[in-house]
Amino acid sequence: MKYLIREPIDVARLIDLVLSDEHGGTALFIGSVRRGPEDGPVVAIEYTAYEAMAEKQLDKIVGRAVEQWPRARVELCHRLGRVATGEASVVVAASAPHRDQAFALCRYVVEQLKQHVPIWKRELLETGEERWRANQLSPPEEGQ
Amino acid sequence: MLSASFISVRCRLFARYAEIVGQEEVTLELRRNTTVGQAVDVLRQRVPNGDRLPERPMVAVNQEHALAGHVLDDGDEMALLPPLAGG
Repeated sequence: MKYLIREPIDVARLIDLVLSDEHGGTALFIGSVRRGPEDGPVVAIEYTAYEAMAEKQLDKIVGRAVEQWPRARVELCHRLGRVATGEASVVVAASAPHRDQAFALCRYVVEQLKQHVPIWKRELLETGEERWRANQLSPPEEGQ
Repeated sequence: MLSASFISVRCRLFARYAEIVGQEEVTLELRRNTTVGQAVDVLRQRVPNGDRLPERPMVAVNQEHALAGHVLDDGDEMALLPPLAGG
């Protein structure tokens, strides 16, 4: 698998892969398993996916991103399996000639992933309970 | 072997939907020209607790998102996708 992994994400490696002498800006998004006051006693999230489709959709998202920002580079990884609170579940690194492009590209890939890629999460709570959670989607950015 | 008027479609269920029906895969024999929407209706009647699956879930055919009117073909893989939660 190219994008889905079962081990901790090597953030430094993803950054290295997108860095270029021709790029002046690199943006990094790290999505982590949260235990906020509204989330309850979450200890971990178990991620599952329709793996073949998820890989294909991620390839398409990266392909569309490269068409839209041809001089930029983007790399990403998404964890599967059990991810403990505080650990990264997804990392997107984007590098471009200018910072605006790097930020826009990084945001684009994250939002597309949340909207189109068949990945699911089940929260594991301290109480032993488990619950499926769906994404709350951010409103689309103007011009996208 | 199926007659020319029937097709075989592999249906896959994931996450909460697989949990509801207690299985991850069902093969349906359907009339040729069956749409995704019609196949979901058949599936809901065929599997345990199928009535607890949504009437119009998000669906993928051969790993691409598909609408209810999409016509299925012999050998297709149809997947019912619960609300997505990547990230």
